[in-house]
Amino acid sequence: MTALPASTQRKLGLVIDLDTCVGCHACVISCKGWNTENYGAPLSDQEPYGKDPSGTFLNRVHSYEVQPLATSDAVQPAAQLVHFPKSCLHCEDAPCVTVCPTGASYKRVEDGIVLVNEADCIGCGLCAWACPYGAREMDAEEGVMKKCTLCVDRIYNENLPEVDRVPVCVRTCPAGARHFGDFADPDSHVSKLTAERGGFDLMPEQGTKPVNKYLPPRARDQLDEAPQIDILAPFLDTVAEEPTGFVAWLDRALSKV
Amino acid sequence: MPHKQPDLDLSPHVSDEVRKTTCYMCACRCGIDVHMKGGKVAYIEGNRDHPVNKGVLCAKGSAGIMQHNSPARLRAPLRRVGPRGSGEFEEISWDEALSLATDWLAPLRETAPEKLAFFTGRDQSQSFTSYWAQNFGTPNYAAHGGFCSVNMAAAGIYTMGGAFWEFGTPDWEYTKLFMLFGVAEDHDSNPIKMGIGKIKARGARVIGVNPIRSGYNAVADDWVGITPGTDGLFILALVHELMKAGRIDVDYLSRYTNAPVLVNGDAKSPDHGLFLRDADGKALVIDRGTGKLAAFDTPGIRPDLHATHRAAGVTHRPVMHLMAERYLDPQYAPEAVAERCGLTPQKIRNIAAELARVAFDEAFTLDRKWTDFRGETHQTMTGRPVSFHAMRGISAHSNGFQTCRALHVLQIILGTVEVPGGMRFKPPYPKPVSAHPRPHSNCAPGKPLDGPHLGYVTGPDDLCLKVDGSPARIDKAFTWENPLSAHGLMHMVISNAHAGDPYKIDTLFLYMANMSWNSSMNTGGVTKMLTDKGEDGEYVIPRIIYSDAYSSEMVAYADLILPDTTYLERYDCISLLDRPISEPNAAADAIRWPVVEPDRDVRSFQSAMCELGARLNLPGFVTEDGGQKYADYADYITNHQRKPGIGPLAGWRMGENGLTHGRGAPNEAQLDSYIKNGGFCTQHIPEDAQYYKPWNMAYQDWAVGIGIFDSPHPYIFDLYSEPLRRFQLAAEGHGSRQPPDHLREQIKATMDPLPIWYAALEDGHVDSAEYPIHALTQRPMAMYHSWGSQNAWLRQIHGYNPLYLPTKLFQQHGFTDGDWARVTSAHGEITVPVAHMAALNEHTVWTWNAIGKQKGAWALKDGAPETTKGFLLNHLIHELLPPRGDGLRWANSDPVTGQAAWFDLRVKIEKVRAPDEAHPVMPKIKSPVGTGPDKLAWKVGK
Repeated sequence: MTALPASTQRKLGLVIDLDTCVGCHACVISCKGWNTENYGAPLSDQEPYGKDPSGTFLNRVHSYEVQPLATSDAVQPAAQLVHFPKSCLHCEDAPCVTVCPTGASYKRVEDGIVLVNEADCIGCGLCAWACPYGAREMDAEEGVMKKCTLCVDRIYNENLPEVDRVPVCVRTCPAGARHFGDFADPDSHVSKLTAERGGFDLMPEQGTKPVNKYLPPRARDQLDEAPQIDILAPFLDTVAEEPTGFVAWLDRALSKV
Repeated sequence: MPHKQPDLDLSPHVSDEVRKTTCYMCACRCGIDVHMKGGKVAYIEGNRDHPVNKGVLCAKGSAGIMQHNSPARLRAPLRRVGPRGSGEFEEISWDEALSLATDWLAPLRETAPEKLAFFTGRDQSQSFTSYWAQNFGTPNYAAHGGFCSVNMAAAGIYTMGGAFWEFGTPDWEYTKLFMLFGVAEDHDSNPIKMGIGKIKARGARVIGVNPIRSGYNAVADDWVGITPGTDGLFILALVHELMKAGRIDVDYLSRYTNAPVLVNGDAKSPDHGLFLRDADGKALVIDRGTGKLAAFDTPGIRPDLHATHRAAGVTHRPVMHLMAERYLDPQYAPEAVAERCGLTPQKIRNIAAELARVAFDEAFTLDRKWTDFRGETHQTMTGRPVSFHAMRGISAHSNGFQTCRALHVLQIILGTVEVPGGMRFKPPYPKPVSAHPRPHSNCAPGKPLDGPHLGYVTGPDDLCLKVDGSPARIDKAFTWENPLSAHGLMHMVISNAHAGDPYKIDTLFLYMANMSWNSSMNTGGVTKMLTDKGEDGEYVIPRIIYSDAYSSEMVAYADLILPDTTYLERYDCISLLDRPISEPNAAADAIRWPVVEPDRDVRSFQSAMCELGARLNLPGFVTEDGGQKYADYADYITNHQRKPGIGPLAGWRMGENGLTHGRGAPNEAQLDSYIKNGGFCTQHIPEDAQYYKPWNMAYQDWAVGIGIFDSPHPYIFDLYSEPLRRFQLAAEGHGSRQPPDHLREQIKATMDPLPIWYAALEDGHVDSAEYPIHALTQRPMAMYHSWGSQNAWLRQIHGYNPLYLPTKLFQQHGFTDGDWARVTSAHGEITVPVAHMAALNEHTVWTWNAIGKQKGAWALKDGAPETTKGFLLNHLIHELLPPRGDGLRWANSDPVTGQAAWFDLRVKIEKVRAPDEAHPVMPKIKSPVGTGPDKLAWKVGK
């Protein structure tokens, strides 16, 4: 079993905004593209053109429907759909590391990124069982465990322009729903965003202390609610019910401009 | 084990070279950085400098590498050897292929050019393909707009000289409330996602109007789960509420729209309902200062919305009076419409109030001085931060044109078009009807057509009719059945050609349009038309030529295949003459270029057409001595001039004092300059010209300077549309060009000069009690039409398309997940898997578009779920409405524009035992390219 470092100097990770994620899968595919060509073995696909296509992805988007309960104001509130991108959360207490029999899974001291050293990975799959988030995927072709690297081969890469030294999913996200930074620094963009918007841990009861955070969707369907009438009614005072009165109002209105 | 860290190379080699070109994974046309390793494509990401996507890229764009390497790529020209639809071909050389095409087409040109019908699908080179067709001389050319979103485009042009997407965009910088209607999730996809993210980050809000709460509607702060086909009713209820409350921008309406223009009120006049005009033909208003009549653009006047003009015993009233009469009517009150719309009256009122609150109470000013077309200088620009966007959801209905017009009227009464925070046009728009061509259809043997095929009619005189009154075009565009069909009716071509109505053709030539499958209504019927033989044993449609890069379903139904390249192997221009990539603050165009050379015997379609044009001796494609004028498409892009100084690309032209943008002579190194600049060229609009463009003289002068117009074209918005009224007048019996009697009532009812709502025409032909459910498709964000299924990465996201049922229907029929349903329309039936979705209008079912595939297409293997469980709703939709006993064929299209009414579909459903596969089961075609590999472990570098 593998030890975690006592602490890490930084806590690099993502904060993902569930209010703006439109579920487009841009992050999923850019991740597939970059990590196929870069870190470790390519992300393979089995039966890519066949009956049951199945490939390795380090990041997937799931969609969940939410049906709010009826209230005295809303007999049947509209259901909602939440898109939920999920990849490794780079936990502080990462059970996938401690379970590893070979030391292949490890958490970096410098930045807290959880990685798999593919040379030492025996493909036993224990780490995938240990991860409560289902964030690791065994590559069927290579027989090694694959997972989000937080683009460790981009974020420090001197061959990339500085602006591009971010995980590829963050760079590509069209809705700007993904943010990357150091959660150990309370003044970082991601720390502030998490504080301002009530960012939360995924399944905190698991005790994994995930570094990645999620921002909750803002309240929906406020215009459905009856109390709006009182607030907005003054804005729709009637100036005329019928054409003659309306035309007379036009004259008055034009005189004022 | 103790903690141990290996030494990582944190700065690995990324790529040998980055080649910047333009994406073609959908019609968004984002800039991409193609990372090359060892001469091969290694990785694709967004171009940060590009005006469209500013570095981001969607799933489709990033998966471009798998499209470029798709096993479904065609490899060489093909000649059919088996029966049509079998997929049996032999490979031939390009010389053989082009000789064959020449042998077929040359006699047509010499005798009857209209016997060639040339229609292009996802064509991004329409200014080229239309030029080719014009030179050939056939009137039968259009691209796919008629079955896509022509209602949106035409309603926008006829109302305000521009619509959404490449015409116009929300002002993402300043908007505070964004309202989105029925948008296919791939339409202008990255800019909309970027915009929503940007405005939400600063606390602005989004209202989504769509029966289905997915994608953009899932992140909308408020969702309006409207019943399909009733958007127009909902919009006019908002107009009713806003007018009743006086929450409209009267200053804007009086200055910049035809609200003050006087309408002839003499019911006996042949001009009844047309505008009063002066001797120069200018529409008349009453000046509030003098109380006298004046041309609308007279310097110094303030047009009145209130006063009327009395002459010869008749009162002529301004448009605003007619609007008051129309929209204050209780039939548009929220209480009167809510149930049909699937909404509550309170919600409609709340939304009206919110629109008004943001437009007027959150108004702001920019300190920018500007001068309008009446010569008045304004010290500031007033912002009304409410913006709208809409696409096919509201336009693909038979009432779609009027619904789109209604939406524009809503925008205009709020004063939110071309103002800060509202909706903004992108050059070459704004561009009024008067600045567009009329349609042309006069053909003669051996001669080019008399002008451009497509355009904007202003009245019956502009229709494309033969001397005997019959349709000049095979698709019956610009006829009494659908007078304003600005994009043609591609969805009617095969049906009409098969029926010989209005006449028979010889050769059907299609480019990049899957017309035997997901792009046609009535898929089974269309494949029968394509394979049908006459008594003489010959095919009813004698010859079919098709060009595509991939082994799509349509390939199997053609006689000759011209294999196109992938988008990374070709030159293209995304031109200001066509559908450019402009932004509201800049005109911009772009190119594609071969970042890799094809490894197959394929040619870019446009290059092949340069050679075919020369072989056919088409005037625009041969030199004076009869040689081939353009060696290939790159040569055409560089050297073709539409008029002196204006070519396909506006950047780096040869001016009098060296290189210049806009007007200038051809420059042999132009494409190199584009490549050096990242594949695009941007011409910025000066700050004082960036808003109020239709009326802003600084903008008008700038547009003339760069070659968009030859002279300034200021105009006012058409709340009231005179062209529509001219068709009504004809239907009432005025004028020499008269509609057939059976269309008079339809024209009177639907060509209303002020927006109206009427129920979908299908409702008049189909028993809505028997077929109570609306059925829709949506395009997923990660797929573009049928193209995505050959993509190993994308089909893992969308390889399966159940029919989604709302909670009530799901429970009512006793479904559980994994069940199957028989879905029946008046036209046909399908049997398909179902799934439950709660966030859905309770009268609506839907599925993802174009996931279902024909066995043997797209290099997919046997058993691929797209071919066994995947399905198309197209089988349920006919291109004609069901007969109603009057002996006439009524098109399933909008009677104004001919837009295919995909979303009028009504169905009923019942639970059935799960079959082995989805029904109908279509025959398997033989793949001309084999099938893809069993596994992929892709890595270009070591």
